[in-house]
Amino acid sequence: MKNLDSVFWAYILGWAIFFGFYLSIAKRSNDLRAEVERLKKSTSRSTGEK
Amino acid sequence: MAKRVVLCAAAVLLVIAAAYASFFIAPEERTMGDLQRIFYFHVSCAWAGLTAFLIGFASNLLYVWKRNEKYDWLGVTCAEVGVAFTTIVLISGPIWAKPAWGIYWTWDARLTSTFVLWLLYISYLLLRTLVEEPNRRALLSALFGIFAFIDVPIVFGAIRWWRTQHPAPVIMGGPNSGLAPGMRPTFYFAVLAMHLFMWFLISERYALEKLRGEVEVLRREAETS
Repeated sequence: MKNLDSVFWAYILGWAIFFGFYLSIAKRSNDLRAEVERLKKSTSRSTGEK
Repeated sequence: MAKRVVLCAAAVLLVIAAAYASFFIAPEERTMGDLQRIFYFHVSCAWAGLTAFLIGFASNLLYVWKRNEKYDWLGVTCAEVGVAFTTIVLISGPIWAKPAWGIYWTWDARLTSTFVLWLLYISYLLLRTLVEEPNRRALLSALFGIFAFIDVPIVFGAIRWWRTQHPAPVIMGGPNSGLAPGMRPTFYFAVLAMHLFMWFLISERYALEKLRGEVEVLRREAETS
């Protein structure tokens, strides 16, 4: 089992990057969903005022 | 939603199975021993990254031709996913190189062309943040994406055209190359698993870009109303 620590590090860092990337997609999606809701409300409010 | 959950579950299960096969099923390599097991992760990530850039290139060409915003969304999606995979390649490579070659990095043809590829697609993503107007941004980034893709065949050919530090190819490398028969099933399974995982990331990232398009339309409506 020589150099197995290098193999583990390669896998762990690789999966940490994938996980971080997926989290960033999830966070940006949540922010955009909230923005869509806010814009829909403000658009319906302004058309209602007219 | 159910489709996304199924794709996520299938991708995660396959990559776990591929990791298990890399550690416990694939035979130990004679000269490098267990260190060679990085190969299954490193090369499958590299192939998945290059496939993402290839899909992105096709989307960039289609955008220039048809000017449909969906191709722009797919183009940026593939660039970002490709950068994630290439980042992993650029990290796992030196981790493998240090015990194998005695150095983390050398300006070898394959390593340099891969680093340049990463820089080109980072520049593509930065370029998109600098242009406000959506149609102009889409056209400029599609043209830059087409230019950036020129490096992909160079990355592929680097270890075939020039003999430098990086090992010669074991797949599609000519008559004297090849992977040991016992390693082939694990390798092809790892490549398949990583491509499915890449497809999952592309579908998630594409949904985000679609949402961004919706926000832009709503913002324009809010400004005019």
